Amino acid sequence: MTPVVRSVVRGLGLPILASLFAIVIGAIVVASIGFNPVTVYGSLLFGAFGNLFSIGATLSGAVPLILIGLGIAIAFKAGLFNIGAEGQYWVGAIASVWVGYHFNSLPGWLHISLALVAGMLAGAVWGGVIPGLAKAYVGAHEVITTMMMSYIGILLAQYMIEEPHAPMRQPGYIPESPMISSHAQLPFLPIKAFVQSQLSIGIFIAFIAAVVVWFLLQKTTFGFQIRTVGYNQRAAKYAGVHVAWYTILALGISGLFAGLAGGVQMLGVAHQLNDSFASQYGYTAIVVALLARNNPFGCIIAGIFFAALSTGGQTMQQVSGVPASLTNVLTGLVVFFVAAEQLIPEIRAWVRRNGKGRKAAGIQEGGKIA
Amino acid sequence: MGDFLAVTELTKAFPGVLANDHINLTLRQGEVHAILGENGAGKSTLMKLIYGLYEPDSGEILLEGKPVHFNSPRDAIHAGIGMVHQHFMLIPALTVADNVVLGDEPGRIRYHRKQAEEKVRRLSAQYKLTVDPAAKVGDLSVGLQQRVEILKAFYRKAKLLILDEPTALLTPQETEELFVIIRHLRDEGVPILFISHKLDEVRAVANRVTVMRAGKTVATLSVAETTSQQLANLMVGRDVVLRIEKEAQKLGPVLLDIQNVEVHDKEKHPRVRGVSFQVHAGEIFGLAGIDGNGQFELVDAIAGLVNVSGGSVRFDGKDITHLSPGARTETGIAYVPQDRQVEGLVLNFDLVENLILRDYRRRPFSRNGWLSRQAAVKFAEDLIRRFDIRPPDALRKAADLSGGNQQKVILAREVARDPKLLIVAQPTRGLDVGAIEGVHRQLLHLRDQGKAILLVSLELDEMMSLSDRIGVIHNGVLQDIVDAKTVTREKIGLLMTGSREDGTARISSLDLQEVRKP
Repeated sequence: MTPVVRSVVRGLGLPILASLFAIVIGAIVVASIGFNPVTVYGSLLFGAFGNLFSIGATLSGAVPLILIGLGIAIAFKAGLFNIGAEGQYWVGAIASVWVGYHFNSLPGWLHISLALVAGMLAGAVWGGVIPGLAKAYVGAHEVITTMMMSYIGILLAQYMIEEPHAPMRQPGYIPESPMISSHAQLPFLPIKAFVQSQLSIGIFIAFIAAVVVWFLLQKTTFGFQIRTVGYNQRAAKYAGVHVAWYTILALGISGLFAGLAGGVQMLGVAHQLNDSFASQYGYTAIVVALLARNNPFGCIIAGIFFAALSTGGQTMQQVSGVPASLTNVLTGLVVFFVAAEQLIPEIRAWVRRNGKGRKAAGIQEGGKIA
Repeated sequence: MGDFLAVTELTKAFPGVLANDHINLTLRQGEVHAILGENGAGKSTLMKLIYGLYEPDSGEILLEGKPVHFNSPRDAIHAGIGMVHQHFMLIPALTVADNVVLGDEPGRIRYHRKQAEEKVRRLSAQYKLTVDPAAKVGDLSVGLQQRVEILKAFYRKAKLLILDEPTALLTPQETEELFVIIRHLRDEGVPILFISHKLDEVRAVANRVTVMRAGKTVATLSVAETTSQQLANLMVGRDVVLRIEKEAQKLGPVLLDIQNVEVHDKEKHPRVRGVSFQVHAGEIFGLAGIDGNGQFELVDAIAGLVNVSGGSVRFDGKDITHLSPGARTETGIAYVPQDRQVEGLVLNFDLVENLILRDYRRRPFSRNGWLSRQAAVKFAEDLIRRFDIRPPDALRKAADLSGGNQQKVILAREVARDPKLLIVAQPTRGLDVGAIEGVHRQLLHLRDQGKAILLVSLELDEMMSLSDRIGVIHNGVLQDIVDAKTVTREKIGLLMTGSREDGTARISSLDLQEVRKP
């Protein structure tokens, strides 16, 4: 598996640098408002990885981020920006929950598979088929269409449970759907701390998905065509790739992973559709894919990193008194430095240009290498 | 007749390369001095040093006997150096006068357009650079735009003119007109530095020539006392075969047969109108024309990249008018598109992926949708060896290669498939003499093997020496098909502009329809 190792190593440099820059600047911010950065980061780290429970909570929170991030990475690889993963996640959740509390006579493994497949298909339709067709045949930009579809998806999920007689609402005062039948829930990892932190076998689904995506992109003609379309559409057409079809497919698979994330989250953690629309996994996952530079294994690391910020942030607030929103500042800084990738060579060139006068004598002597 | 400009022992190094190595050059009053060299010989670096874009590491530039130090092009312009870049720096939406005076406009706060136009009119009369000062630059032909660039230099009181590959974008007629202008300027006493890699042009217009190779000045010669062969050998550093020796033609059956082909662009404007011709096995059919007259749309349509909106394309006895590009590749059509970086290659892919770019679907490169990297790497390494692609590293990205080697990658890929028909568009654009020789030899070798070749090029000389027959296209209409052995440059030049010897252009019915439109 040397190519795997190589691709992981090659992808690591910039994201680590970006995260380090963000952490350092975050420390300066913390210090300037009068806190000790060491205690603040210490409590953040402890909150995220301090004991088995917090590790479980971090990994559990990473599952949807990894899965959605993988999907967004696939779209990025094809040169498409799937900004509406949040909506695809929720329609996936609706479909999985609905299947999850129907068909109770099915055996557990089949019921789980069916529920997940339903979520994947719903996400694929939402993200891929509708915006993909619109993009491929009338040129509607996917940033607009996926986002619009995203709002529809989120509000659809709210509609399903909000009103007293909503389609999936369970009788009672709380807006929630019936529980998914217990044999269709994803089992928790069999350690007490993990059960408490709701870490299900979904984490393995996320790991397997990353491997699948890597194989798909690097080892198949499908992935070759996706990447060709992503880098150069005219060359793709010249190469004989059906560009419109692969645009639809790439967005569809992107939505499929967001839908899968919705399904896994419902089957593994929430067990029902309830009023948890503030999670915003679909948006954080864009940052996950960016930080991972669309590398599937990078998505695992980036997903855990952002989940750690989120779970650790709570502890940090309690222990050190710094508002948990500092983690949002860190997230923003990470995005900034990843996006600034092109900035670093620019700065280097600028420094070289302006240092030229002083160094001219040096070049003169050392110049005759050729 | 003193030295107007003298460059002595000028040296400029970049990390890892010595771009200019002790350059010596003198430019006399009233001469056209050509700098001849292949791409990468250091011509551009030298010009940038003279124009103040770079600072030299050592050496001196003397202007009218006085040493000068330029920190920026501003200083160079101020000292009287005018430069016309290969790619024009004009604003298409503004008028000729606006462009010429831009940055040094007459009037203080309010811009006096009339005054500007008057100044430009006077300049263009003085230097015989005929162009309407009130015309919008975007509406002008390339040749006229170049005159605007030259006017810009003179408006800034240039005493010396540097022309960087000035003929690269011109038609033969426009080139001739430019030469007339250059000779006139020379007679007016303006010394001119003429940068080129084309031997014929240097011989046509220059008094003296300095040959550069690998960052050094190899020789400075009087043009009258040298031959093309001598110059070519100096430029490349070895004996070059200039004249293309063609074997007798072994004409085979018709392979490509296009009838009344129509192609529309995205805005539904007709680009190709009712073109018909046939290409036989064992022949090179050239398609000549001024850029933008539909030749590239036509070959894109034959390769399947744009839709044929009328007529039929038959290949090897089968109708392929509506096949996809991939399906056409499978029938035995290979295509080297005109823009290697935008269409022919994926610059971010390594050479392995680029070399299987059009063949990834078939064995051994993939099997049931699974790529076989090993087979692809083996294939790539073999082609890199056979076609002498440098650097010989299959894992390099295509973006890291020089233009000539990028072209070799595309040629290797298209030729390796053993196609029946090879369509090549602009195969030698931007390549240097050595690389051009290789591409030409390759094309002739394929012709002698009995392949059909459809060649589109804007280089008339290349067209005439390689092709067996030449079709000339103007405004989307095929004007005539001529025998390359007997036709003259002038005749093709006339056909390219749409005029025929008998004075009547061939006009299609579509032309008439357009005229009738309000």
